[in-house]
Amino acid sequence: MNVDFTSVQLVDVSRHFGRRRALSHISLRASSGDILGLLGPNGAGKSTLITILATLATPSGGEVRYGDQPAARLGAALRIRIGLLAHELHLYPELSARQNLAFFAQLYGLDPRPIVEPALESAGLADRADDAVSGFSRGMRQRLALERALLHRPRLVLFDEPFTGLDDRASAVVADRLRALAAGGAIVVLATHDLDLADGLVTRVALVRNGKLVSDERASSGLRARYRALIGAA
Amino acid sequence: MFFRTAWLVLRKDVAIEVKSLEVLTTTLFFAIACVLIFAFAFVKNGQAPEDAAAGILWIAIAFSGTLALGRTFERERYAETLRALLLAPAPRPALYVGKLLGMLALLASAEVLLVPLIAFLFQAALFSRPVLLVGILAGGTVGFSAVGTLFAAMLVRARSRDVLLPILLYPITIPVIIGGVRGTAALLASPVDEPSAIMWIGILAAFDVVFVTLSLWTFEPLMTE
Repeated sequence: MNVDFTSVQLVDVSRHFGRRRALSHISLRASSGDILGLLGPNGAGKSTLITILATLATPSGGEVRYGDQPAARLGAALRIRIGLLAHELHLYPELSARQNLAFFAQLYGLDPRPIVEPALESAGLADRADDAVSGFSRGMRQRLALERALLHRPRLVLFDEPFTGLDDRASAVVADRLRALAAGGAIVVLATHDLDLADGLVTRVALVRNGKLVSDERASSGLRARYRALIGAA
Repeated sequence: MFFRTAWLVLRKDVAIEVKSLEVLTTTLFFAIACVLIFAFAFVKNGQAPEDAAAGILWIAIAFSGTLALGRTFERERYAETLRALLLAPAPRPALYVGKLLGMLALLASAEVLLVPLIAFLFQAALFSRPVLLVGILAGGTVGFSAVGTLFAAMLVRARSRDVLLPILLYPITIPVIIGGVRGTAALLASPVDEPSAIMWIGILAAFDVVFVTLSLWTFEPLMTE
């Protein structure tokens, strides 16, 4: 089944872990070309939201619709349209950069030959392609993980704290990459604490606190002031 | 797509193991240590108690298998690579089959070493019916690994996974271990009790079908949070 969509919508999504309520009645929509910033303090529910969007968790209530279809109806075919870069980098440290990319490309049913080399170039790791990932710095791993997440050109790109461990230059490269993805028609969802990086990058802002959506609005300048007004001191 | 995914996961696990040799060496070392300790305890004047070899073979397989299961999935926990596998568009039960095949390969390597070692130390005629022995080992190993792989995957994110794995695994795999022990003991009888050995192979095969089917059926819902 060939699945594609131009919007993703959370409809009254709640998620409980036992008696703890991680998300409560969240409704949100993001469309092709959007960079949706999920902002909020620690424990607000941002990562849970990303996990649900990635189909790795199911909501306790409500539903997620990809285009006009719920996730359950789309099954495994939906996952080829989703890319996730989480705080944990999803790389095998014993394998080389090339082996990691080739393995994930094949897992997505892709021929690794035409895509692995450009991905290594893009990560700036062409000269370290055959070194084990365990010997890489956090920044190098992060760049490799970004390429891994984008190998299959996903429609919905989910980033959970993608700037962790990156220096200013590398962060700017990642930010440019996010803009290019959105310009190319991807739906980008970015969960981050870094208000300075998010300011000017995101096109829409969803502020989350204690599992509840506090605000969902178009991004404007002065994100930090807006965050402080709605959430508290950043 | 199903078998290709299982093959990719198996090949990836083998590539990692070839580089690190971590799980293989710890599993083999533990299995050999286990057999040597029992040999020192039970073998007197070159004579071991009747059927001891059968019990010790399966204790070594079960204990070293539990160790291997924990270490194999610890690898997927580090950097949360299991989540990356689950996110792939491949059928999720294929991931289970790939991990199961890796466990079977690992335990088969342990058995290649354990069987001659036990035959030698306990003066056990384990090679008198090699085809039946392979049948019993294969039947028991598949049943044990099928349940173990499912539980180890389920417990990847549990804080007390090292404690919970044997607590969950042993009660459910007891029938498989009993089948393995009784089938092996039938091979060690003098004369060899072939009908009993064949009956136990049949019982083990039935367990395997049930355990593998249930694991394939429950893997996806159990792995989705």
